Amino acid sequence: MKVSPVRDLAVGLFVLVGLGAVAYLSLSVGGLSYKGPGGLRLYASFDEIGGLKPRAPVSISGVKVGQVESVELDEFLRARVAMDIDQKIELPIDSSAAIRTAGLLGDQFVAVEPGAEEQVMTSGEEFSFTENALSIERLIGKFVNDAGLDEK
Amino acid sequence: MRVQSIENLGFKVVNLVYHLGAMTLFGFQVLRATVTPKLRFRRLADEVFDVGVLSLAIVCASGAAVGAVLGLQSYLALVRFGAEESIGALVGLSMVRELGPVFTALLVTGRAGSAMTAEIASMKTTEQLDGLRMMSVDPIDFVISPKATAMFLVMPLLNALFISFALFGAYVVGTALLGIDGGSFLTSLETSVNFDEDIVGSFIKALVFGTMVGLLATYRGYTSEPTSAGVSAATTGTVVIASVSILLVDYIITALWGF
Repeated sequence: MKVSPVRDLAVGLFVLVGLGAVAYLSLSVGGLSYKGPGGLRLYASFDEIGGLKPRAPVSISGVKVGQVESVELDEFLRARVAMDIDQKIELPIDSSAAIRTAGLLGDQFVAVEPGAEEQVMTSGEEFSFTENALSIERLIGKFVNDAGLDEK
Repeated sequence: MRVQSIENLGFKVVNLVYHLGAMTLFGFQVLRATVTPKLRFRRLADEVFDVGVLSLAIVCASGAAVGAVLGLQSYLALVRFGAEESIGALVGLSMVRELGPVFTALLVTGRAGSAMTAEIASMKTTEQLDGLRMMSVDPIDFVISPKATAMFLVMPLLNALFISFALFGAYVVGTALLGIDGGSFLTSLETSVNFDEDIVGSFIKALVFGTMVGLLATYRGYTSEPTSAGVSAATTGTVVIASVSILLVDYIITALWGF
């Protein structure tokens, strides 16, 4: 078994490249982030969240600024969504959070519309204005009911 | 005649159970040889070269090809629903969860597993293992353990490379050939693949397959008939048995992981 520096170099390179691929898959594709506890944590309560899941994007004017951290029920049995948003964003305290769908078959995401106040929201605060997710079945049912009433 | 075939069947089943037990005990011996000194890093590095570096070509080329084909097929299926932007999610999830670990394990079995079995079996035939024992060197510590450990360590790395090349192949086919937006490919990929559920499961599968193939290949080489016919029987048997076991264990891990 000849001791060859070229062999050892090849083995070392191979392990490096392999670990690099593992890191790429974990961090970039898988979304494992070492972003420390520096994010802006905000809460919003909804009556209906539709298909909103953790890690769903949070966007302002269409630009992704954070993601949904968790979805839980609060003591009034409404859905309480916790969001992690980029710390540099300054959101007025009268901003609103709405749940929208990206395209027809797309996933749900949270769209934040900034308000007009001067005071900004700090970590741990809750959105004052929220808009529930649209449920297609309810819309159709409402349409059918109204159409039925018109006919009479 | 019929009684003979039933006897044969009975013999084969008992034989299978015997080999399963023998392989487990062999596995414990290999484990003990691996963790007790003397730790042979030189041998381990040589074996990682043989198993890993020499398998790079087949793993990367097959990865790119499988990714490209998967990208094309998913596009043809999804474009009917106007959902072609989900191609990133489809390719990413299927590669990470299933095709990556299984394909990598099958390719490495065919290339490195058969080479391992053939090498050990021919060492047994040419009495090199006995020669080592004469020199008071445990062949399991010197030959088997580095090979099995190398297979265990190399499988997750090759798995990651296979998946990365497949994603690259699908990306190239999608953007250059099919006109999909590269940004939406990567976005749908990143939002649907979860580290905890998918990536970790993929690497657990790769590690389990690595141990299985490493043990199976070395065991079959170690217990082969010391003739040239025995060498070839051991080698082909390794590839067949390892491939079937990989697919069966893949189902078991998927079912357990999902719950």
